[in-house]
Amino acid sequence: MAFLEIKDLRKAFGPLSVVQNFELAVEGGEFVSFLGPSGCGKTTTLRMVAGFEQPSAGTIRINGRDVTGLRPNQRNVGMVFQSYALFPNMTVAENVGFGLKVARRPAAEIGARVEEMLRLIKLPTLAGRYPYQLSGGQQQRVALARALAIKPQVLLLDEPLSALDAKIRVALREEIRSVQRKLGITTIYVTHDQEEALSMSDRIVVMNEGRVEQIGTPFEIYNYPRTRFVASFVGTLNILRARVTDAGQRRIAIDGQEIVARRGLDGTASGELRAVALRPEAVSLSDPGGERNRLQGTIEDVSFLGSVVRIRVRFKENAISLDTFNNPGLAPPEPGREVTVTFAYDDVLVLEGEAS
Amino acid sequence: MKRSKLGPWLAIVIGAIYFLVPLIGTFEFSLRMRRGEYSFDAYRIVLGDPQFQATFAYSTCLALATILVGALLVVPTAYWIRLRLPGLRPVVEFITLLPLVIPAIVLVFGYLRIYNSSSWLPLTASDRATDLLLTFSYVTLALPYMYRAVDTGLRAIDVRTLTEAAESLGAGWPTILFRVIFPNVRVAVLSGAFLTFAIVIGEFTMASLLDRPAFGPYLQLIGANRAYEPSALAIIAFIVTWACMGLIQVFGRGARMAAETR
Ligand SMILES: Nc1ncnc2c1ncn2[C@@H]1O[C@H](COP(=O)(O)OP(=O)(O)OP(=O)(O)O)[C@@H](O)[C@H]1O
Ligand SMILES: [Mg+2]
Repeated sequence: MAFLEIKDLRKAFGPLSVVQNFELAVEGGEFVSFLGPSGCGKTTTLRMVAGFEQPSAGTIRINGRDVTGLRPNQRNVGMVFQSYALFPNMTVAENVGFGLKVARRPAAEIGARVEEMLRLIKLPTLAGRYPYQLSGGQQQRVALARALAIKPQVLLLDEPLSALDAKIRVALREEIRSVQRKLGITTIYVTHDQEEALSMSDRIVVMNEGRVEQIGTPFEIYNYPRTRFVASFVGTLNILRARVTDAGQRRIAIDGQEIVARRGLDGTASGELRAVALRPEAVSLSDPGGERNRLQGTIEDVSFLGSVVRIRVRFKENAISLDTFNNPGLAPPEPGREVTVTFAYDDVLVLEGEAS
Repeated sequence: MKRSKLGPWLAIVIGAIYFLVPLIGTFEFSLRMRRGEYSFDAYRIVLGDPQFQATFAYSTCLALATILVGALLVVPTAYWIRLRLPGLRPVVEFITLLPLVIPAIVLVFGYLRIYNSSSWLPLTASDRATDLLLTFSYVTLALPYMYRAVDTGLRAIDVRTLTEAAESLGAGWPTILFRVIFPNVRVAVLSGAFLTFAIVIGEFTMASLLDRPAFGPYLQLIGANRAYEPSALAIIAFIVTWACMGLIQVFGRGARMAAETR
């Protein structure tokens, strides 16, 4: 059985249903991210795991124990907040030791644990400082140490890096991950930054409007999004409208040009309209030959992004973006030119549900 | 340019005259006890009066008790309203303002009716019980100031997230209140406390009608029967009040500086 089990969790605020049928099983030591747009219910779900919010229905089990009805202070769950939430009246050491002091541990043990934690977050010299004397990044690291000091069963982080600037965010991201690996602590990490989720997680839960859209490894989520929402939220996918021309032969047509789609055509009938996704980096202007899809179109727009040049090619109704590396010896193609784009059969992702 | 500066200065001068002239007059008068020369005789007599010492000590004790009860009542209430019942805030704010609207004499007559010696809770039956009643009425009188001070203090900290952080670390309600909330509104409670002190020291109506030996009735007694001592007492009362205001400023500034370096 999984270490953290969430079963059929729901939450409604009055008539507003915020989380619906949420199912998740997290293994011990796993790092799982909740990824989704603002207002999709990530925080609410996390707060139900922490015990700050009572679910309208469903159960939460940690290590085999049903904690659904327990108060937050009985759950032994560590929480890190976006706003750090350090106690302003306490020093760094007192903040980190707070949980142990509440649990009435002996002073010597608290001292040793605080020191260990401060070494873990690489701030061993700041024990005597007050929160207002620390930078945002330092405060968040102290908050992490404070949450970990009580040896929680599960660590919950709600957008812990979104109040920090970009550079510290990347550094701290790696640090949180390395601390998490070192301690082997089961972790849920809420973010709306896909790069953060992709780079840190063992698995990602993509959420939309209170529902789980897809659960999978970063590799799966990025390369094989199952729904149109996941495809458009993670990365910069091209979404095209296609008609299934021959379900058996796995053939579909985009603006009348036929291509082969290896994945996701099971259970469709010929003549159906489906949404199809293509990654910009999978599409090429050059033709390596062999078994590939080929589509003819017109270059509509060329944008220079530094190391990458993004080119937009229009067919009729549909258009796609593709990326080529910048080559100083070669000027980018002109808009208006007729081109053929190519991509592998495997790169065509037929998404679930009718095309809108 | 010159003319536009004249107006504010004029206002300041008029204001200063309005406040300072009576004060200086009172002070000057209080020094005139000895014929033909200035002396501090009136102050010596007042400060040496055993009744002054007794009433002042009594009122100080009551003020401290009022502050304690007031803080223990107001901080958890204001905290709870902010945390769980933000919709009730206007209602509670209105209730805490009532003591400013209802005259003290009305309140005290209400108390006498409810708690007289033949009632179910005869708080006026013994001196100690009356002291208790007086303390509670002072808490009521100080409520508008205490509540506002504490509520402002709570606004400066993120009550909800701090509470949740403490909860997830295993803390229960008493720990959260006394280790997290109280220490972080200490400055606000102190400024409320000094205002409370100033109010209690000078209060007359309630102490007089409940017949307790407080400083307010003593002031009145001296004022009615002596010439120079009342002026000396007035100046002393002013100094006490101003000292309280000064202490609010000092502590308030300390808090502001801490907030600015944040
Ligand atoms: N206490 C509450 N009462 C009523 N509605 C609420 C409450 N808390 C959250 N909601 C609503 O629930 C929905 C989900 O909120 P939630 O905070 O979980 O979103 P989120 O995914 O964390 O978004 P963000 O990325 O902006 O933090 C929102 O529409 C929000 O308005
Ligand atoms: Mg959120």
